[in-house]
Amino acid sequence: MSSVGTPMLRKEDPKLLTGEGKYVDDIQVAGQLWMGMVRSPYAHATINSVDASAAAEAPGVHAVYTATDLLGMGLWIGPLPCAWPVTPDMVNPPHFPVADGEVHHVGEIVAVVLADDRYRAADAAELVVVDYEPLPVVASVADAVADASMVHSSLESNKAYHWPLIPDPDALEAAFANATHHVDASFVQQRMIPSAMEPRGVLAVPSPHGGDITLYSATQVPHILKVMVAATTGIPESKIRVIAPAVGGGFGAKLNVNPDELLAVTLANKLGRPVRWTETRSEAAFSTHQGRGQNQRIELAADGDGKLLGVRVHLDADMGAYMMLITPGVPLLGSFLYTGVYAVPAFGFTCDGWFTNLTPTDAYRGAGRPEASYAIERAMDILASKVGIGPDEIRRRNYLAGGEHFENLDVPSTLTFDSGHYGPSLDRALELAGYGDLRAEQQARRDGGSTKQLGIGMCTYVEICGLAPSRALGGLGYGAGGWEHATVRMLPTGKVEVVSGSTPHGQGHETSWSQIVADKLGVDPADVEVLHSDTAISPLGLDTYGSRSLAVGGVAIANACDKVVEKAKLIAAHSMEASADDMEFDGGMFSVAGSPDKAMAIQEIAFGAFTAHDLPDGMEPNLQEQTTWDPPNFAFPFGTHVAVVEIDEDTGNVELQNYIAVDDCGVQVNPMIVAGQVHGGIAQGVGQALWEGANYDEDGNCTNPSFMDYLVPSPTEMPNFTLDFTVTPSTSNPLGVKGVGEAGTIGSAAAVINAVCDGLSPYGVTDIEMPATPQRVWRAIQDGKGGAS
Amino acid sequence: MIPASFEYVEAASADAAIAALTEHGDEAKLLAGGHSLIPLMRFRLATPGVLVDIGRLDDLSYINDGGDHIAIGALTRHRALETSDMLAAEAPLLRHVASQVGDPQVRHRGTLGGSLAHGDPASDLPAALLAMGGSVVAKGPGGERVITADDFFTGFLETALGEDELLTEIRIPKAGGAGWSYQKFNRRAQDWAIVGAAVQLGANPGVALVNMGPAPMRAGGVEAAIASGSSAADAAAVAAAGTEPPVDLNGDEAYRAHLARVLVERGLIEAQT
Ligand SMILES: Cc1cc2nc3c(=O)[nH]c(=O)nc-3n(C[C@H](O)[C@H](O)[C@H](O)COP(=O)(O)OP(=O)(O)OC[C@H]3O[C@@H](n4cnc5c(N)ncnc54)[C@H](O)[C@@H]3O)c2cc1C
Repeated sequence: MSSVGTPMLRKEDPKLLTGEGKYVDDIQVAGQLWMGMVRSPYAHATINSVDASAAAEAPGVHAVYTATDLLGMGLWIGPLPCAWPVTPDMVNPPHFPVADGEVHHVGEIVAVVLADDRYRAADAAELVVVDYEPLPVVASVADAVADASMVHSSLESNKAYHWPLIPDPDALEAAFANATHHVDASFVQQRMIPSAMEPRGVLAVPSPHGGDITLYSATQVPHILKVMVAATTGIPESKIRVIAPAVGGGFGAKLNVNPDELLAVTLANKLGRPVRWTETRSEAAFSTHQGRGQNQRIELAADGDGKLLGVRVHLDADMGAYMMLITPGVPLLGSFLYTGVYAVPAFGFTCDGWFTNLTPTDAYRGAGRPEASYAIERAMDILASKVGIGPDEIRRRNYLAGGEHFENLDVPSTLTFDSGHYGPSLDRALELAGYGDLRAEQQARRDGGSTKQLGIGMCTYVEICGLAPSRALGGLGYGAGGWEHATVRMLPTGKVEVVSGSTPHGQGHETSWSQIVADKLGVDPADVEVLHSDTAISPLGLDTYGSRSLAVGGVAIANACDKVVEKAKLIAAHSMEASADDMEFDGGMFSVAGSPDKAMAIQEIAFGAFTAHDLPDGMEPNLQEQTTWDPPNFAFPFGTHVAVVEIDEDTGNVELQNYIAVDDCGVQVNPMIVAGQVHGGIAQGVGQALWEGANYDEDGNCTNPSFMDYLVPSPTEMPNFTLDFTVTPSTSNPLGVKGVGEAGTIGSAAAVINAVCDGLSPYGVTDIEMPATPQRVWRAIQDGKGGAS
Repeated sequence: MIPASFEYVEAASADAAIAALTEHGDEAKLLAGGHSLIPLMRFRLATPGVLVDIGRLDDLSYINDGGDHIAIGALTRHRALETSDMLAAEAPLLRHVASQVGDPQVRHRGTLGGSLAHGDPASDLPAALLAMGGSVVAKGPGGERVITADDFFTGFLETALGEDELLTEIRIPKAGGAGWSYQKFNRRAQDWAIVGAAVQLGANPGVALVNMGPAPMRAGGVEAAIASGSSAADAAAVAAAGTEPPVDLNGDEAYRAHLARVLVERGLIEAQT
């Protein structure tokens, strides 16, 4: 019986649900010192002086280091890394773990206290007196573009880079010249605070005799972190072991190399004592990178029937104060998707990256792709109303391959989509939503003068998963490859150990990998142990982000299993005195074609490979194989989401009443895990549409850094989601899988805002800024009605 | 997120708590359910030197029939209010409002006395006390005194309680079947109100507003309009008169004023039916 495709319960859950899972903060070591950070309350200021004397005298304090002290201690051989210099001339001001004379965002570290416990560290940090000289603040992209004052005093412009992707400028020009309909829309992707359930944390433990250091970090990327720690500290890579224990979510915010990590490692190394830090929630709003932060302008050119002729996009992207690991690349990850699921003859994209005196931005669930999907899907609705047809019809008229099934299709944004079949996902989503009835009810309410308007919104998204073909990354200037490594090892007792370079932080890799291995080797999934997230156990890997784990890491495991079976087959043939060509393998049993009574279990062969008493001449003992999978192409999952909202005209409140998602992530390994990913993803995208958004005042202070004011929706605010799936196997990998970690987020913000705008159309409202708070909606209604009530 | 250091004293009785307050003066703070005080301490917006824990004074947790009123011990948890049969019969508005506070965890910890003594204009229960014309009993070194709801809330997080006084009891006149409504407008189930309106009709109609000024407040104009027989719509039209609503991400003054009118109208209509 096949395990792949069944909703097996997650192996990792009992441990996590009963509190047995060990997160970084749960790990205690003797002699540890806690770091307490002194952070800048100013978004931009010169540091005149730092007086740490009172803090140094405080009880339980081991040492206080000012930024000047730390920078003089020779702890770092280079600044924090940016692995994605998107253009050769990209501006990248040096970024050290502590501010060097000038602070550039609220929360930048200006001194560090080391104390016996975190409470004393926090108390002492309050005693450090810093004299700041405030400087002009660039508190928004608009400020940055105005270029009146500089984010860093050393800059000549706040612009970090200009990145164009205009495959055929003449064709683009012509498309707009020939258009009957022209959409010109601007959208704001607000800044998002990632809000993983577990905050970030770090613990660096030097070995007592010096030399080696173990870094526990709540990270998505232990392998990348290890390389980067070596590169920035000069500690030999071979002396660094990074362990990501249980990690409680990341959403991109744990895909970085952070000041606290580099402080902990280098101070622990220097002092010979363990050094640790766990972020507080309020600190997280300043010390962990944020997501989104883009001003988008999208233009569509279409003929009289609404068929697209061209799409032109410009982004002004908010980098924040510094380039973090992949800050500059995030908007570009979306660049290829601004044509969405549509046949668009001509395309042009430009992006300007801007520094601001705000917390740096970087990857956040979907990273570039939700933004793209939002812009094109919002613009398509606007086009539909210009053409005078429904939002479903405008999509059907423009789907790639006419909405029919396709494989390996070149799209104008220069990519080749692996496979797609968009028509059925729209059909199914509308059917599940009861679209016709909804429209009738909407009309009835409008006709009846109801103050509760119904809004129906849809979005057909496509995303880029399976990051990534290493060559493609090279072409984009990214500083690493996109492969993944796997080792599959059969133990003497017939159990299986899988070593994966992919590092879960809630996704259920242990379960999915067990299912793949169970089918490939014909063993019980319970007999498969998955090892990961420790660079000493799994030395090769490129970690988890960009919905890459299954399409890259999972495929590597499947391939390694194939190699194990190949070797086992040779041993089986040798044992059964048959030709390897005649061997058959099914359900974990090797047999000789034509004589099924003679059979050997793979476990038996594993034991034989271990004893090595009777192996074919020249064969190495043990049954263990490794592979590295570098995908030939990305994978392009897609789907159609439909949101139904009810808008209270009197209060402006938007209630999400129903949500239908029909997703296609290719072949599914564990449908329950897929559904879980879609659920969480939808909630997160709905969060951006209706609730969340980091807000800044003109001085660059975040005005909603706590969960009291930064509204992350809870299950109570979500309707029951109706999920369904279509299955269009990917051509990019032998498993036919695509990836689903970000899909929900990529489809949902656009679907919800399309629904809100649809509901508000009787008031003449055509757009609403995210998050669509009751106040904003109410005001839009008042403006539409022409005056406040 | 990490409070400054403090001394902790567990009070064995109401009198012991008062003694501790007297001893430590403005250094001391009473700790009941901790669900308002501890968040403030974690933000270091409150840094009391001594915490006097009254959370275990079970003799101050009760809901009794006081004849013309219901007497409620200050340490009574929101959860006890929302499940009380006596309140269902005699003070249904209070019972319902309690059920609208935060989430179950909050309601199992938070106390009625703490919620009132905190004096937060965004809290739900003060509005119920005002609309129902209740009063509170304060006990200090010199004995007990009764303070009406109208005199109790004096400013932003300020009440008529003295530094050495303990709130021991809350008295709610029996509602006598009067119509009532509580309209809480918030964005997530567990959130404070952006604006709220508590309404109780009957002989002495009361309408109180949540988050429309520095302190919990009555909508006096609305009360007067109802008393003079105005329609719900007309009475609600003056709901925002004399208010000074806060301005935050959830709403500016104009929006909150509008919400107050909408919610009061909805409340009046619901209370009438
Ligand atoms: C997540 C969350 C959500 C919440 N949501 C809401 C909500 O939606 N609506 C709402 O109204 N409230 C809400 N609250 C607040 C909650 O209701 C509090 O419990 C309540 O406001 C305070 O009661 P407490 O017993 O916890 O008081 P504490 O926090 O212990 O004390 C609050 C203040 O009152 C003083 N005090 C306490 N008891 C006495 C007494 N007997 N005599 C004199 N002074 C006293 C204390 O010294 C302190 O200054 C929420 C709280 C949290 C944490």
